[in-house]
Amino acid sequence: MKAIVNVFLKAGVLDSQGKAVHHALDSLHFDDVKDVRVGKQIVLQLDTQDKEKAMADVTTMCEELLANTVIEDYNIELV
Amino acid sequence: MKVSILQFPGTNCEYDTEYAFKKLGADTEIIWHKSESIASDTDLLVVAGGFSYGDYLRSGAIAKFSPVMKAVTAYAEKGGKVLGICNGFQVLTEARLLPGALKRNEGLHFISKHHHLKVENNDNIFLKKLSKGAVVNIPIAHHDGNYYIDEAGLKDLEANGQILLRYTDAAGNIQNPNGSVASIAGVCNKEKNVFGLMPHPERAMEAVLGSADGIAMLEGFFES
Repeated sequence: MKAIVNVFLKAGVLDSQGKAVHHALDSLHFDDVKDVRVGKQIVLQLDTQDKEKAMADVTTMCEELLANTVIEDYNIELV
Repeated sequence: MKVSILQFPGTNCEYDTEYAFKKLGADTEIIWHKSESIASDTDLLVVAGGFSYGDYLRSGAIAKFSPVMKAVTAYAEKGGKVLGICNGFQVLTEARLLPGALKRNEGLHFISKHHHLKVENNDNIFLKKLSKGAVVNIPIAHHDGNYYIDEAGLKDLEANGQILLRYTDAAGNIQNPNGSVASIAGVCNKEKNVFGLMPHPERAMEAVLGSADGIAMLEGFFES
């Protein structure tokens, strides 16, 4: 099983990289872009078929290491 | 006075830190991150600056799981004095020994220059040799120095006198180089035994190299 973890700065925490990318897109005349957030994706190959256990484990990984919950939110997708 | 200085893979300010504290008359010891203990006669534990683990994932995020960090946490919880400089500050926030977090600089650039700082609170062992409102000139050198804390956390810091230093100009007016909340350059924990700052006082020890203002800061640790 594969776990895909997306980590983004929390809403309300200024995303300077997202802002810079937004400016660049503006200068390319993509006028419909309202907001840009830059985050990171972490892909984990898991040696289990137990979805419940995988979700619990990956959640712990996020809380302890993969995200800094003071400034970041995360979501987990199992595929 | 015995100063123990942590060294992770990628730490690069441990020898500057050693030089600074030796100049002030301390005995120093550099502790490799795999050590599971720190010297029992340690009076001050310094988490030195640099790029521990290449800043992978987030600055300081991997270092917090190094074997030595359990001893650091135990030392801090017993009231031992801990100082985190630059990457050391990032490590201490990641380890939740200090509140808040350090994000990428608002302007996205690595900033390396001298910057003025205003002493916000001096009722702590670190800054007691400086007067409240004093302005010092200390180098900064960081990419992820943008201090973040939520509004409730900021109120706590202010109420408890935990804000140590703010970025200012030479006259003491706020001048924020990196987007830090409330222009914060350094904080301490509620108990005032764990200190962290992004600027490098250990690089401001010789007037001929631009500033000796770091001396008055680090000297604070020398009297109990």
